[in-house]
Amino acid sequence: MKQISVFLENKPGSLHAILAKLKEWGVNLRALSLADTADFGVLRFIVEKPEQLVEKLRKENFTATLTEILSVGIEDRPGGLADIVGILTSHQISIEYLYAFVSPQGQKAYVVIRVEDIQQARTLLQEVNASLLDEIVI
Amino acid sequence: MTITYWDEYYELMRREDLEKIQLNRLKKAVVRAYHNLPYYRQKIEQAGINIYDIQSLTDLQHLPFTTKQDLRNVYPFGAIAEPLRNIVRIHSSSGTTGSATVVGYTRNDIETWSQLLARTLCGCGVTEEDIIQVAFGYGLFTGGLGVHYGAEKLGATVVPMSSGNTLRQIQILKDFGISVLCCTPSYALYLAEVAKENQVQWNQTAFRLGIFGAEPWSEEMRTEIEKKLPIRAFDIYGLSEVIGPGVAYECEIHQGLHTSEDCFLPEIVDIQTGKPLPPGNIGELVFTTLTKEGTPVIRYRTGDISSLSYDECRCGRTTVRMKRVTSRTDDMLIIRGVNVYPSQIESVILSFDGIEPYYQIIVTRENFLDKVEVEVEVSSEIFSDEIKVLENLKKRMEEKMKAELNISCSIKLTKPKSIARSEGKAKRVIDLRKKEGSS
Repeated sequence: MKQISVFLENKPGSLHAILAKLKEWGVNLRALSLADTADFGVLRFIVEKPEQLVEKLRKENFTATLTEILSVGIEDRPGGLADIVGILTSHQISIEYLYAFVSPQGQKAYVVIRVEDIQQARTLLQEVNASLLDEIVI
Repeated sequence: MTITYWDEYYELMRREDLEKIQLNRLKKAVVRAYHNLPYYRQKIEQAGINIYDIQSLTDLQHLPFTTKQDLRNVYPFGAIAEPLRNIVRIHSSSGTTGSATVVGYTRNDIETWSQLLARTLCGCGVTEEDIIQVAFGYGLFTGGLGVHYGAEKLGATVVPMSSGNTLRQIQILKDFGISVLCCTPSYALYLAEVAKENQVQWNQTAFRLGIFGAEPWSEEMRTEIEKKLPIRAFDIYGLSEVIGPGVAYECEIHQGLHTSEDCFLPEIVDIQTGKPLPPGNIGELVFTTLTKEGTPVIRYRTGDISSLSYDECRCGRTTVRMKRVTSRTDDMLIIRGVNVYPSQIESVILSFDGIEPYYQIIVTRENFLDKVEVEVEVSSEIFSDEIKVLENLKKRMEEKMKAELNISCSIKLTKPKSIARSEGKAKRVIDLRKKEGSS
């Protein structure tokens, strides 16, 4: 699945500028995370049809890019996330970042996981029958 | 490679012949300045010099300098050496660094100037087949009209666009089959950016040559421009106090600018002491006009930093070449005691792939310490979702500044188009220290 990342300057109003644009276009955010450093931030989010949106954002002078991520369904019980991360860790796959979001369907919780080798992680998770989302349908 | 000269007589003259002509003209110019310019006469008298003692080109160094302030002091017409009825044109400096200076041209001056610009454009490879779009400002600024007259003299087709209205500039460039564009280098970059946004297909145009001047620019900037536009970029040099554009120009070889020495006598002097420096040394450029009637200047300190080379150029011209001006004496920044020119910071920034050629240098003082922040734009091409990649880029830039320029600065990443684009001279440095009045 693809995630959109947008560069945010460290100054008042830069988060609102992008959110206001998304509102104007009627874009519904399915998942989102905001990473910040002392100097700048990166807003990451999941939407329907990210390829089209990223083009539109660039036209509006936002620095935006698409990133391949894994969206994994997790059983809603203690230790659900630990089991998934455990599989990756046992194969020396480091996680760049991870954030959770509310399931659009079913009883599961979902996490977005970014690792260096997406393909290997995907195969490993498929072997244990973890549920992987390929796209978001609302 | 075939090289076309506009004025072989002066461009290829043997140096000893040229120097004889220069000395003759110099003697006359000094006598004229003494008799017709009260401000300069006063300077000579204060220095206790007999102008008839000038017997060789090296005697020039005994004469006092003319500074921009001298010209400002006699605002508006005190630097004009002819009665106004003989003056057919007035220009004025853009006042980039303070109040304006006013210069006047006689009919002969306009003719000389047109010839010099024709020589300049020809030297850069413009021919009478070319259609040249002049995007320098027309008006009091010398750039627009100066190039205009020269291009007409050369026989090229001139499209007098003046500055601004970038979309229209691009439209005309395409529709009129423009082959040569004349503007500031920073405006050329801006135009390239706007053209890209509008999906201009450069290979379907006749655009081939860029003639850029009126602000200092680096070799890296040239590379950037030539990457973004389908052209070869040439540097031309001039300033209104000396004549305007037409003082010096790059030839095909791109190793310094040929100075039109039959009209302007160049010197390089030590910035602090004013002592003339031998060829090859870097210092401040000083010009004496040899033929100018309206506003002659003797040993005018340009504030531009350069050096002179008298070695013969591969293009065959014998005229002295000045190193392209990348900085000025008055844009030098002193950061915690270290001297830095914005052009040096530019070179470091542009050495990183994917960094846009727009930047702004902001200098502040915190707790009595100078702080430099350099804002650069992050393009979508280099933007990475991973924070460590961006932080790494920032760190590498900061380290290179430290290693090459010995200054500590913090790089601030900003989003595209957040740094103001210029349609004339770019404003690269914001020095907030001066306002605080503590220096």
